[in-house]
Amino acid sequence: MGNVLQLLFTGLGIGAVYALVALGFVLIFRATSVVNFAQGEFSMVAAYLMVVFAVDLGWPYWLSFLLAIGGMALLGAIFNLGVYYPLRNRSFLPVIISTIGASIFLSNTVLALYGPQPQVLPGWFDAPGVQLGPVYLDSQYLLIIAVTIVLVAFQYWFFEHTLLGKKLQATSQDKEMAALLGIPVATMIMITFVYSAVLGGIAGILVAPVLFVSIQMGSTIALKAFAATIIGGFGDVAGAIIGGLALGIIETFGAAYISVPFKDAFAFLVLILFLAFRPQGLFGERVAEKA
Amino acid sequence: MSVAPVATHRAPGFSRSLIGQCLYALAAVAAVAGAATVKTDGYVANILMQAVTYAIAVFGLSVVLGLCGQINLAQAGFFALGAYAVGLGTTDYNIPFFVCLAGGMAIAFVAGGLLGLSTLRLGGHYLAMVTISFQQILTVTLINAIGITHGPDGVSGIKRPDLFVSSQAYLALAVAILAITGYLVWRLANMRLGRAMRAVRDNEIAASAAGIDVYRTKVAAFAICALLGGLGGGLFAGGFAYISPDQFAFSDSIVLLTMALLGGIGSPVGAAIGTGLLILIPEWLRFLKSVPGLYLAIYGLAVILIVVFMSDGIWGFIARLFHRPVAALPPPVAPLALKPADSGAPAALEVRGLAKYFGGLKAVDGVDFTVRRGAVHALIGPNGSGKTTTLNVVSGLYRPTAGRILVDGVDVTALSAHRRTIAGLGRTFQNIRLFRSMTALENVVIGAERDGNVQVAHRRAALEARARAALDFVGLGARADEVVTRFSYGHQRLIEIARALAANPTVLLLDEPAAGLNSSEKKSLHDLLDKIAAQGLTILIIDHDMTLVAGVAERLTVLNFGRRIADGDTAGVLQHPDVVAAYLGVG
Repeated sequence: MGNVLQLLFTGLGIGAVYALVALGFVLIFRATSVVNFAQGEFSMVAAYLMVVFAVDLGWPYWLSFLLAIGGMALLGAIFNLGVYYPLRNRSFLPVIISTIGASIFLSNTVLALYGPQPQVLPGWFDAPGVQLGPVYLDSQYLLIIAVTIVLVAFQYWFFEHTLLGKKLQATSQDKEMAALLGIPVATMIMITFVYSAVLGGIAGILVAPVLFVSIQMGSTIALKAFAATIIGGFGDVAGAIIGGLALGIIETFGAAYISVPFKDAFAFLVLILFLAFRPQGLFGERVAEKA
Repeated sequence: MSVAPVATHRAPGFSRSLIGQCLYALAAVAAVAGAATVKTDGYVANILMQAVTYAIAVFGLSVVLGLCGQINLAQAGFFALGAYAVGLGTTDYNIPFFVCLAGGMAIAFVAGGLLGLSTLRLGGHYLAMVTISFQQILTVTLINAIGITHGPDGVSGIKRPDLFVSSQAYLALAVAILAITGYLVWRLANMRLGRAMRAVRDNEIAASAAGIDVYRTKVAAFAICALLGGLGGGLFAGGFAYISPDQFAFSDSIVLLTMALLGGIGSPVGAAIGTGLLILIPEWLRFLKSVPGLYLAIYGLAVILIVVFMSDGIWGFIARLFHRPVAALPPPVAPLALKPADSGAPAALEVRGLAKYFGGLKAVDGVDFTVRRGAVHALIGPNGSGKTTTLNVVSGLYRPTAGRILVDGVDVTALSAHRRTIAGLGRTFQNIRLFRSMTALENVVIGAERDGNVQVAHRRAALEARARAALDFVGLGARADEVVTRFSYGHQRLIEIARALAANPTVLLLDEPAAGLNSSEKKSLHDLLDKIAAQGLTILIIDHDMTLVAGVAERLTVLNFGRRIADGDTAGVLQHPDVVAAYLGVG
């Protein structure tokens, strides 16, 4: 029983990271109808920025964090201008290919600059964690879960209760109508990319002390986050969060009870099962008919 | 069954294509002979071997991406299936090379087909994701299922077929296979399946309205792509005698994709150019590989730049430079004969209790009407009355909530859109849906080759003659070989009608054909409809233009709020007080 609770806690922690990256996916998808295949690289780049600032340069953790987040906002803006914006009026296929190109470019640029050795980023807290009955609560996992809760609450408030949030929603629902109402659509999309890059960056920084900081961490996280969005129901914010948590738990239990080397395959197996039998996901509606 | 008299003239471009094929054959023979005789050192031979086997896999991408517009991010995975089939088969199990090669192709084909079956009903993003997932699962399996795959150590000592043991002979074999697959992929574009793929790529709804099974076409494209991946991989394994999982990773799928994009996904020539360049350039830029990652970073950047600035690839660019308009003067053709099928049932189209609800909205709520054989019947009503929804349910784009639809006495309610087209329904769209990358002639040929069109033999010359006759019928025969985007809006509408007529439908559904036309275009549309009706084809038309409707239709059905409010002879219905009220807002 204690073992099960322990795995549940770990699974929730990893799942929260998937959920944050999945949120970034969903926001960009809703604003542009495009899946950003470089979403995971945002996490990877942010983790490396943290290593540079906090480890190599030895700056304070909070300062490094702010700088890394600022860097991610800049990257999100450049990404929008360079990778998405020139293709905004083409079909989704060129855009997908372009974001895949960006993903390869980002991960290999980091590889060229920093080399292939995985890096270690210390956690935010010095205290390793607390023992609560049979379960050991690692401080970094607690932080991940807490930050995820705060971010999700913030996002809900932001989209439902601020004018900017409503403008973003309007843009994602009908770009032409939003433009006719005087909403600057290009700016809204820019904001979406910046915010998604920041979300991905936070996820990367949070998870970095748990995993190694490596070139591959981005694509691994992104693929699982994408699987999470499909499991939850594509384009659905609540679905992305629950899908992410569910995937983290499935994966942790799968690794503990079935097979460790095949840990990374479970997510994809679950994904393919969902696509085959319930493509609308847990919360999504059936794929709408078109005419 | 009567086959229309078809003049078996030579289509223009026929002789050109024959010259092209002869040139291709000469080049292929020269390449095979060269590969078999010219002595090369091991380094060059290896590069050639890699280029040839990769190019075959890239041909697969030009089918799935270029012809059909679907993405595949796991081509290296299918390549791996072929490679491991040959690698493990010839070493661990001592199976002859060609049996392994065929087995690997079959495995890749089945894997691609299953993957396609599971996702191709969904949007393209899912396909991208599922192919990536497949690639990752395969890589994880190749590395970890050590008992079967030898794990990270890979498979060594892979054998070649007895007749082709020397590197020179084996390379010649690979080049020959490359030439044959290149030829097949090249010709595929103008074969029925290839045309269907292009139609699906250009406009899925129009493709299904033309009688094409969109889903099956996509799955076929995907499975063919995987098959070519398996073929390339199998030859690769024999060529290098050693394979390992890291040769077939996700990044290699991206490399293959980049090759296709760089060369141009529209043609196998582009695929070959892209493959050659992306294998040679890295060799010239070997110094880049001294910094790990730099080389792939440039790759990634190149992908973005190609997509943004050179969407048709190198070959697309070259082909545009050398594009010559096809010589005008189309051959004379016999006039179009419309012979709608007639099973003897009194009604050509019968709609019984038809209902379509969208959630709580009753867009169509229990509508009945009968379209008599040979009649021009109009369905009218104010905006939002359910006309277009009715038409979409009748043509199969929507599933009805309730009711039955009979075409020529046959219940088609359970059939999908393309099956209804095959059963004899033809239609046009309010917002024109043509295959935009194709010529007017190709658009109409796709209509003509509907299964169940007994008016035309399913041979190229006969189909083209039928299509030209249909274009002549609507007055556009002289411009048949122009791309449809060069036509005016009104003319595009006529091409759509020609596409439906070429299929020799039993009933023609016209969705607001006069929308957006000027008055002289409306006049010629009116004349055209009279000309169609004169041949006895049953027409169901929706339109807002009452002059047109009153002029061509002998019977009217009027809808309002999803219900039928009047039905009968045109003159009588237009006097009906409910109709007057619905249109003028009285009461």
